[in-house]
Amino acid sequence: MGERFRAALRPAVVVGLVGGVMALLLSLVGMVNAFAGRPIITGVLSMGHTLLFLTALVTGMIAARRVLHASRGAGRPVALPGAALAGLASGFPLAVLVLVGQVVNLRAVLQNANPVLYGLLTFGRDPGAGLPQLVLAGALVGSLGGALTLLPGRVSQAVVAGLGTMLLTGLFAELLQGILWDLGVPAATTRLFMVQKGLTVAGALVTGAAGALVQAVWASQTPKVRRRLDALPPERRRRVNVALAAVGLAIVLWLPQVLGSFLSYVLVLVGLYVLMGLGLNLEVGWAGLLDLGFVAFFAIGAYTLAILTSPETGWLALTFWQALPVAVLVALIAGVILGVPVLGIRGDYLAIATLGFGEIVRLLVGSDWLRPLTGGSQGIAHIPRPVLGNIALIGPQQIYYLVVAGCIIVWFVATRLRNSRLGRAWMAMREDEDVAQAMGINLVQTKLLAYGLGAGFAGVAGAIFAAMIGSVFPHSFQLIISINVLALIIVGGMGSIPGVFVGALFLVAMPELLREFTEYRLFMYGGLLIAMMLLRPQGLWPEPTVRLELAESEEPEVPARVTAATSPGQGD
Amino acid sequence: METLLGASQVTKRFGGLVALSNFELEIPERSITSLIGPNGAGKTTFFNLVTGFYQPDEGEITFRGRRIDGLTADRITRQGISRTYQNIRLFANMTALENVLVGLHPRLRSSWMGAVLGTGATRREEAWAYREAREILAFCGLRGKGDVLARNLPYGDQRRLEVARALASQPKLLLLDEPTAGMNPRETEEMTRFIRRLRDELGITIFLIEHDMRVVMGISERVTVLDYGQKIAEGPPREIQNNPRVIEAYLGRGAAEALEEAVVSAGSAGAAGPGGHAGAGAR
Amino acid sequence: MPGIRVARRITGTDVAIWVTGAVLITIVVVGSVSTLASGRYTVRHWVDFLVAGLANGSVYALIALGYTLVYGILRMINFAHGEVFMSGAFTSYFLARSLEQSGMLNARPVVSILLLMALSMATSTTVAVLLERVAYRPLRRAPRLVPLITAIGASFFLQYTFRGLYGSGVRGYPQPAILDGEWGVGAMRILREQVLVIIAAALMMVLLYRFVQRTRTGKAMRAVAEDKEVAALMGIDVDRVIVITFAVGAMMAGVAGVLYALMFGQVRFFMGFLPGIKAFTAAVLGGIGNVPGAMLGGIFLGLVESVGPTLFLDGLGIPAPNQLKDAIAFSMLVLVLIFRPTGILGERLAGKKA
Repeated sequence: MGERFRAALRPAVVVGLVGGVMALLLSLVGMVNAFAGRPIITGVLSMGHTLLFLTALVTGMIAARRVLHASRGAGRPVALPGAALAGLASGFPLAVLVLVGQVVNLRAVLQNANPVLYGLLTFGRDPGAGLPQLVLAGALVGSLGGALTLLPGRVSQAVVAGLGTMLLTGLFAELLQGILWDLGVPAATTRLFMVQKGLTVAGALVTGAAGALVQAVWASQTPKVRRRLDALPPERRRRVNVALAAVGLAIVLWLPQVLGSFLSYVLVLVGLYVLMGLGLNLEVGWAGLLDLGFVAFFAIGAYTLAILTSPETGWLALTFWQALPVAVLVALIAGVILGVPVLGIRGDYLAIATLGFGEIVRLLVGSDWLRPLTGGSQGIAHIPRPVLGNIALIGPQQIYYLVVAGCIIVWFVATRLRNSRLGRAWMAMREDEDVAQAMGINLVQTKLLAYGLGAGFAGVAGAIFAAMIGSVFPHSFQLIISINVLALIIVGGMGSIPGVFVGALFLVAMPELLREFTEYRLFMYGGLLIAMMLLRPQGLWPEPTVRLELAESEEPEVPARVTAATSPGQGD
Repeated sequence: METLLGASQVTKRFGGLVALSNFELEIPERSITSLIGPNGAGKTTFFNLVTGFYQPDEGEITFRGRRIDGLTADRITRQGISRTYQNIRLFANMTALENVLVGLHPRLRSSWMGAVLGTGATRREEAWAYREAREILAFCGLRGKGDVLARNLPYGDQRRLEVARALASQPKLLLLDEPTAGMNPRETEEMTRFIRRLRDELGITIFLIEHDMRVVMGISERVTVLDYGQKIAEGPPREIQNNPRVIEAYLGRGAAEALEEAVVSAGSAGAAGPGGHAGAGAR
Repeated sequence: MPGIRVARRITGTDVAIWVTGAVLITIVVVGSVSTLASGRYTVRHWVDFLVAGLANGSVYALIALGYTLVYGILRMINFAHGEVFMSGAFTSYFLARSLEQSGMLNARPVVSILLLMALSMATSTTVAVLLERVAYRPLRRAPRLVPLITAIGASFFLQYTFRGLYGSGVRGYPQPAILDGEWGVGAMRILREQVLVIIAAALMMVLLYRFVQRTRTGKAMRAVAEDKEVAALMGIDVDRVIVITFAVGAMMAGVAGVLYALMFGQVRFFMGFLPGIKAFTAAVLGGIGNVPGAMLGGIFLGLVESVGPTLFLDGLGIPAPNQLKDAIAFSMLVLVLIFRPTGILGERLAGKKA
């Protein structure tokens, strides 16, 4: 027994130490310090500590699973102690850091190994009292993680939902208070649940319980509702869908009124990234062409609009609406032109070549050589605002509608393309370029359409961006943007249209809303890219496999004379 | 009968290696012709030359009297040639139905503009394409499997789906690269019958590479034998079986394989075929 | 059989590509001739450009070896290799600073520089081996795009990890006094640090070349590059060889890191990005997977980048041509990929995925 016990617990210790090293890294890069200032539950729990607890939680979950796996299920009784052990072990690297930090001045090299961090890690006590507490807290949270793994799926999902809801409301408590105030909720009521930047204990309990309850109800009711929906005749089902879409649209249109200027600005950014994401998704997710220079088309859209509209360049001084189609067209043509030379380049070489293009465009745009056209490093300012009827779309609350309209149109186009002959050709090309060609697909045409249309989408985003900011600088169009867009389509799910929306909300809105995140944005994007590829390459919201063969009855009837014998495209 | 595919003086070199030299071939319309030979004899190289994946260094290839060498692969497919692959190359992450729809590509003409605007012509064409694809699936014995991702299909179905996809372009000439490789005797039997049906019912000319001598002798009207990139024999199956040069080509250098072949042909169950064929031919 | 795809009948795109090529060549030739004819630059200038290019190029070559070795074995672009280079250089800064404060740097410069290189190599190697173990090994059988995306992620993760650990500012890298000033060889004058860089890089490259060609491990590396399965059958521990390959590449990058820091006198978390891309260009130029090719490619790129802006662009009346230095490097990258993806010396291991 003892031997088997030990064999089952060894993976737990290993997982725990790996988790501890992760926690150490998060502390030393400064995330724990930076997030300590943002309370989840005011006076009780900060985001900094939460970060460490989340690490311990995940460590416990993985440890429990490993123990079960290592002992082929026989280790069930030791899984929970294993998780606790892993949580315990995950505290050790941090404890070592604090102890070493008492003797050696680590700060000379590691800028974040400072007394503030040590204070956080020891809960403000001296190391003798604080460190045991840290390690014990690790064990406790680790066993919670283990319990979540061992509990039946529904229960643990509800718990996770509850914790998640609490966490999110806590994070955004400040914003929520503002919104509730605008909605006319009396401050006294709000104060019961939220104070300053965080939740009250009561607020935490209520939000946690509400989240868990909603998840539980959702999990038990969704299958029933879905079954009833499926049972409806197609005509009525369509009506339900239309009604849902209408409600959704109404909410989307109403949002800026409640959210105010700042949140509308964030949503505008999300929308711009959705536009770019849909474009890059078309290239990478569908056609399999990894493009790291995508920002070039965003830049070309923005610059074209700026050059055509700004009085500074003294060219045409068109209005936004006159210049928009031109900007999109120019971006589209640029996509095709830059696509021609890289037609023969495959796979990872293509990624690097396009990265080169993106950088070349940026360097050229900012050079003194093209200064008369692009304004060099000073860029172009005084881009006039779009005017709709008599209303100038000045603030983000107005631009928002422009972006929403753009997103809806581009989403519509993307959906139509995906289910078209061209969409299938793209995906075939992604799967196997040579075979796709042997199926009669013209690779040149198909690739150039992917580059062109993808670039066109980015051009829309660029034009709106330029009009919103009112000026363009080469500095706004760095490689980082390409990486952001790539990250969001991968996190959402490569090739998935809803994934683009999810990814953009998650990766663009979060760092904008939580200023502390901004600093660590690329740290997290990088980590996310690795983690997604390792653990969930299909993304958070993968495109569902469409059921088409068995949906026969839904196909619109077609005149009977079009049959196999008289197929279109015969005698080509 | 008229010649559908002709090759004259076709030579293909890879660096110093002559994969195919002065190869001559004529395939009559509505025939079933086999191309056999030991591993690395240049069989798949010839397929790749016909389908435009490679270009011959010398010689010319004609299809229905027109030269096709030098055309890109998609153009050649549009002329009416399609193929399957020795190591199955389906679009793994697309459903079976979508695979066939891709095969239909050259027979459709709607543009992306039409798709975006949802014009009547495009809608009608798409509806037609879906129906046609379902029919092809059914014809190939894959009814009801259209919504399965290609990579999740069992092996035999994957082979059939490859044929279905190739049929979708309505080829005049179908090139099958080891269609029964890896199949058990029963599946092999079914596939053989299916190939014959393609010719008899659809009038498609069949040209296949095959290692299973029972299949070759059973369905081919003509057999061409390649060895070291050279044609060493040609004729009806009976003649080939007794041709001393063919026997030497197989036994002389690849006795073990020929023995294995004999065992497989003898129908020993489960000896799932072409043990020694991995890497046969060029890719 | 090697599956080399033969060029098809000439298409419109081929014409477009070749016209572009012809235009570029014309620009380069016209630009060069008019720059030289203008006589604004003396021989002295050109020598300076060449030496600077040679020194830069040697650093690129050292980094390029890491790309080439890994590509040779795994057929993957280790996009994060620039960060492996940065990690060593950035970490060694702290040692350099304390050596300077203790006076050791100037008292015993040779020992100091060797110490710096040792630390830099150790750090780079650790980072590279961890990277291989955590991010790349589990994905060895995944579709091609997957490890590349992971590598891009790793690149940014590492950049911002070191930014978090060591800070975001530019740090001035202390230089031993012995490297100040220049040496004159006849009419030529060479900065001392450039001499160090060129000699050290050449030494490392010779060592590496001998390692790959002569030692048992080197032979195992080549065997794995040739064919992983067969190598495994021959009793070679493929995983170990891959780790060693990453480590060897990282050591070269570690040395390059110190040389780069000494040459430019500063380090920063972002410093790996541009040299990384340029070294990759160098690796492709020389034929990726090809060790001598990477060395030549690096030096060639260094020279073009140093001489190019002035030689090609100045004569065309383009203002501030040095702003376009990086654009020239990137253009070289794109051009090589388009016109000669197998590089100058050819891809050593032309295992193409037909």
